[in-house]
Amino acid sequence: MSAYSYLTAQEIPTLVERLAPHFEQVLVPTEQKGVKESVIFAPWTKGSPISLAKATVPPKAAVFPKCETLFSYKIEKDTQDAPKLTLNPEIYAPKTLIFAARPCDALGLNILDRPFLQSHYVDPYYAAKRDKLCVVTLTCPSGCENCFCHWVGIGPAATQGADIVLTAIKSGYVAQAMTQKGQELLEKCAFKDGTDKVPEVNQARKAAWESLKPAPDLSQIHSTLAQSFADLDFWTQETQACLSCGACTYFCPTCYCFTITDEGDAQSPQGGQRLRSQDNCMAQLYTREASGHNPRPNKALRMRNRVTHKYMTYKETWGAFACSGCGRCIQHCPVGLDIRAILLAAIARTTNTPDMQGGK
Amino acid sequence: MVTPAPTTNPSRPKMQGNPYVPMPATVKEVIQETPVIKTIRVVLDDENARTNFHFEPGQVGQVSVFGVGEATFVIASPPTETNYLQFSVMRAGEVTSAIHKLNVGDKVGVRAPLGNFFPYTSWQGKNVFFIGGGIGMAPIRTILLHLLAHKQDYGTISLLYGTRTPNDMSYKYELEDWLNREDLNCNLCIDTAAPNWPHRVGLIPNVLKELAPSPKNTVAVLCGPPIMIRFTIQALQELGFAPEAIVTTLERRMKCGLGICGRCNIGGSYVCVDGPVYTLKQLQSLPNEL
Ligand SMILES: Cc1cc2nc3c(=O)[nH]c(=O)nc-3n(C[C@H](O)[C@H](O)[C@H](O)COP(=O)(O)OP(=O)(O)OC[C@H]3O[C@@H](n4cnc5c(N)ncnc54)[C@H](O)[C@@H]3O)c2cc1C
Ligand code: SF4
Ligand code: SF4
Ligand code: FES
Repeated sequence: MSAYSYLTAQEIPTLVERLAPHFEQVLVPTEQKGVKESVIFAPWTKGSPISLAKATVPPKAAVFPKCETLFSYKIEKDTQDAPKLTLNPEIYAPKTLIFAARPCDALGLNILDRPFLQSHYVDPYYAAKRDKLCVVTLTCPSGCENCFCHWVGIGPAATQGADIVLTAIKSGYVAQAMTQKGQELLEKCAFKDGTDKVPEVNQARKAAWESLKPAPDLSQIHSTLAQSFADLDFWTQETQACLSCGACTYFCPTCYCFTITDEGDAQSPQGGQRLRSQDNCMAQLYTREASGHNPRPNKALRMRNRVTHKYMTYKETWGAFACSGCGRCIQHCPVGLDIRAILLAAIARTTNTPDMQGGK
Repeated sequence: MVTPAPTTNPSRPKMQGNPYVPMPATVKEVIQETPVIKTIRVVLDDENARTNFHFEPGQVGQVSVFGVGEATFVIASPPTETNYLQFSVMRAGEVTSAIHKLNVGDKVGVRAPLGNFFPYTSWQGKNVFFIGGGIGMAPIRTILLHLLAHKQDYGTISLLYGTRTPNDMSYKYELEDWLNREDLNCNLCIDTAAPNWPHRVGLIPNVLKELAPSPKNTVAVLCGPPIMIRFTIQALQELGFAPEAIVTTLERRMKCGLGICGRCNIGGSYVCVDGPVYTLKQLQSLPNEL
């Protein structure tokens, strides 16, 4: 069977309906009313509305939840016998579909894979979820406000990290299987063959690329940052406005700092749980040691750590950036701090050339 | 895409199984070392875990007090000690205070071994000068005892152990023996003079300069609080020790101990997997983030 299926815009819910029986959980972009309107990946049930907008919050919680139990513990004390300790690891990994993520979200998952799966240890909690994950992306029709995915090696129509890629054309959507898993699923969905629409798909993807402004050359940014590392005035100046609120890390598809804490008394009848929760490296207490010594006591040093992790040290370890250029940190920063501006300022600092124009 | 693997020596002992789940263990002995330092000796509950447990001197463990949390400590017993694992714990915050409340028979958890270890094979045929300050004597103890157990492979083995007052000395029950040993040149010091103190008086860097060990064919290994490390490294450099002949351990706040959570890094080096042992030469090649 062909790798391409064709569906009309009205058939998007049908596609989700046909994919859903193969999963325990389907996460779709869903509009959320609130103080600020947002789009989040929420569990889908038949009939729930599907937004095709770029989500406000990336889908990383599917593999790296805000908070998860690592194991439960309980100590039972008996007057005669020695205390008995029971530890029960809990690995919760439902078979999950992420529907209509954007290329930057899929790249974000690839970026998380390396430290969680390919480092010194395999993280079993992440691995189990990742193994049961299927990703359907929707290519972007153009660059969007604040995003700069083409600076980091992908683009609005990039397909990496996806099992199935959807692309909007005039008369509807074409779904393209990118992996064996995606191919099998698409076959089961039994939509019309979309092979004849491939020229239109290519046209749409090309138009998306053409909407972008030229990107600066970041091929040497790791050494540029290394040269700027010790220049504290530079980092202080670039982070003057930062409030250390951590919004940039929370909205980021590639940030993966976490903390581990215990909740519950081990000797109570119900015992307790050791939890892993997403954490925020921009917080002042993040690296504070028990002695009171803090290697990153001020926001300039923390921002330096965030930026150099994404563009220097992760690159040196893994050969790729730890940023998917989604622009969420820029969009959600309460004071408008812009990671692109920091990169460009670092380049300007080392080359003394005028600051390049940022933006898409 | 090519993903270069992390550069750590693959042959070192590593934690087995689910790396987040501690091995259950029981406290066998508690020793009050100083007013703020207690040593606990623990035995892994599972027999298989016990027989399969191997570590190298300098590697650390995460000790859990369930309901309170985990904290990182160097395994302060040498690998030749197979009856128990020893941790010497200075009371600092929540977890360490909970450890200080433990009694014999209590249950804890241990995730170990984590991190790298002292590169002692590269010291063979050389003199080794150990310097321990305060709680920094814990990692020094494991490697010192390891070397003494293989003393034929090394030149002169020396120790300078310093604390603020005589009361702050850990391992008092061993010090007499260490002072009398033929195969160890043992020096003790305290910061300011105290009655009936027969040993040296002065800050570690100053006492070190008095002792003035020759850098010739000698490795200096030092552990202690950050301020002591800083000034002692200066003193060693003044004595002529080269950066590759100065070995130390770093402390960082740790959570996972696995090189993932992003808490302990100095630039791209994760103290929990690439450390805690570094030569001064290695530290000089890292971004200056101490
Ligand atoms: C490689 C290495 C080896 C070491 N070896 C030894 C040794 O041999 N002996 C020794 O005495 N010490 C050693 N230490 C130091 C020891 O690990 C610390 O003193 C210890 O972790 C302090 O823990 P605490 O819980 O008592 O302190 P606290 O800092 O009070 O922490 C309390 C708990 O509260 C939580 N917490 C507090 N603040 C935060 C925050 N901002 N974010 C999230 N959670 C928070 C944490 O869960 C923490 O466990 C070593 C450290 C390292 C890195
Ligand atoms: S650093 Fe900013 S632009 Fe890069 S992936 Fe994170 S949120 Fe997106
Ligand atoms: S969102 Fe902006 S203000 Fe908040 S920590 Fe990030 S850079 Fe600082
Ligand atoms: S403690 Fe988590 S990365 Fe080192």
